[in-house]
Amino acid sequence: MRVPKLAVWKFASCDGCQLSLLDLEDEFLSLADRVNIAYFLEASKAVIKGPYHISLVEGSITTEDDIKRIKAIRKASKYLVAIGACATSGGIQALRNFSNIKEFISIVYARPEYIKTLDHSTPISDHVNVDLELQGCPVSKYQLLEVISSFLNNKKPNIHSYSVCMECKRKGNVCILVSNNIPCLGPVTNAGCNAICPSYNRGCYSCFGPHESPNIKSLSNKFRDIGMDDSSIIRSFRMFNSYSKSFRVIDNERA
Amino acid sequence: MNEHKSRTFKVDYLARVEGEGAMYLKISDNEVKDVKLKIYEPPRFFEAFLRGRRFSEAPDITARICGICPIAYQMSSIHAMENAAKISIKGMIRELRRLIYCGEWVESHALHVFMLHLPDFLGYNNAIELAKAHPTIVKDGLFIKKVGNEIVSLLGGREVHPINARVGGFYKVPKEEELRSIIDKIEAARDKCIDAIRWLTKLEYYEFERDYEFIGLRNEDEYPFNEGRIVSNKGLNILVREFEDNIIEEHVEYSNALHARLKDRGAYFVGPMARYNLNFDRLPQYVKSIAREIGLEYCKNPFKSILVRSIEILYAFTEALRIIEHYKMPDEPYVDFVVRDARGYGCTEAPRGILYHRYDINEDGIINEARIIPPTSQNQKIIEEDLYHFVKKHIELPDNKLIWRCEQAIRNYDPCISCATHFLNAKIERE
Repeated sequence: MRVPKLAVWKFASCDGCQLSLLDLEDEFLSLADRVNIAYFLEASKAVIKGPYHISLVEGSITTEDDIKRIKAIRKASKYLVAIGACATSGGIQALRNFSNIKEFISIVYARPEYIKTLDHSTPISDHVNVDLELQGCPVSKYQLLEVISSFLNNKKPNIHSYSVCMECKRKGNVCILVSNNIPCLGPVTNAGCNAICPSYNRGCYSCFGPHESPNIKSLSNKFRDIGMDDSSIIRSFRMFNSYSKSFRVIDNERA
Repeated sequence: MNEHKSRTFKVDYLARVEGEGAMYLKISDNEVKDVKLKIYEPPRFFEAFLRGRRFSEAPDITARICGICPIAYQMSSIHAMENAAKISIKGMIRELRRLIYCGEWVESHALHVFMLHLPDFLGYNNAIELAKAHPTIVKDGLFIKKVGNEIVSLLGGREVHPINARVGGFYKVPKEEELRSIIDKIEAARDKCIDAIRWLTKLEYYEFERDYEFIGLRNEDEYPFNEGRIVSNKGLNILVREFEDNIIEEHVEYSNALHARLKDRGAYFVGPMARYNLNFDRLPQYVKSIAREIGLEYCKNPFKSILVRSIEILYAFTEALRIIEHYKMPDEPYVDFVVRDARGYGCTEAPRGILYHRYDINEDGIINEARIIPPTSQNQKIIEEDLYHFVKKHIELPDNKLIWRCEQAIRNYDPCISCATHFLNAKIERE
């Protein structure tokens, strides 16, 4: 078999998800033997033309030019994977979607006329067909490796869609929400991090975003029972995955 | 105009930098007419959406400005909040903060030294090609990087966007034996680091020195991470809260990153070289002796910043071992308090240089205003000046070589464009 060509693309993001590839210190060089890293600007000057067998896309769409670029990338890619909270839900920068962008620009920049940006930060799937979404802020580097090696071995990647609670129970953690009244988004959040926050005595803040069928209402009620006010409840969903389909419905006034 | 005197170059995407940027150079009649480092990474408006968030959310939110140096953002915001509350965290919590920062310096510097910068010196496109010709240095570099990441993960829960730091301390502190479990690995990585420093010293370096104003933190008796006065080699000596009185940010049309300059003197230099030159006397004897062995007591050549970063890796391992060896698990992982109706300032030494945060907090503990000035926006002007002087000196080089060397000159600063707009694409126009 010909060596498959891998490309890594970036839109609005912190670079943390593509960095996860370079953080695979034990596996990176063997991975580079199995795939041809054809486009990965953060790691290499060499650029090989498409089409690409597998494209990893990091970041959210925030400019007109981004929209043109993602469409060109889709055309050039056989298998396209959106990686991370920005690419799968619009990321932290999607907080603009709930505010006035003009005001945002004037807060940060002295010359607003120099800034070109869209009023919404949107996930890749809003613009092109995505073959797989890998959630997380950042993605788990082992899940990323699983996605690439599954592609190389022509199998379905083993990525679970249950909640963080499953991982937390498996680790034998005592539930911090039930026993310590610490607000925890674990029940509505997709697994993949191995329940790190509860393991460090803090509530999950849903950096992996919602799982398939989260019961937001029920969790909000629980938060209210333990004394959180509406604005705190809304803020807890308005973090790194605020514009995911499940979380964006929480309105400005009441959770 | 004579065609032989006029050349046009374009390099639109700079590689091996964090984020998206471009370089533009205009050469006319063999004179440099214009140099621009363009940052076109789209803005993400952190300072805007921080308004209305609770003070305690700033560390996790600002960490997302940069996936390479999240600890820096966490530490600057945490110290700003503690400054607003007029508290100062001492003892083992303070030591653990230094330790997690050691981990971040190692992983960030090692990424740059071995995977992003080193390929330039030997003419390779990337670390993978380099690894085929020089497997030992790349494998050692990856091992060093990995141990840095392990320090971050052990204390922070994971490498990228760790979850354990909070205003007041940590959510959970490690037991003594948990920290001691990585001593052997740190010692092995430190020894590989010394081999790497000696190997890197034999590289060919461009002669390129300028009279820079270096700015960094300095405190009483240690190499700086989280606190100190902001000082320079040209007389600046101010408190963190005086930062904005002395340094101003400007918005230029071609860049989505604001340009910072000293009110009185213009461009200045932050990052490992600045920190090192200002604080060499604060390094432990052992690290100084290795630095003297390779003749690097003071460095004015940014092409040699790869050596400075390597010495800082050695320092970070040495400091990590010191902290772990005398660590005693504190009784409480954090000090609990609420920030109300106050302004707070924080400035810490991110891997790429000083990172300044200021917050105004209202009586409910909600952020009214936030200001964040990352190291790369402070270095933009000095990078442009370096390019100007470098091109002037090497104008006879063929285009492809000149472009590559200019890209290398930019990479000398390990620019993080994700931070500054929070990229690189090089373009030379010869007329």
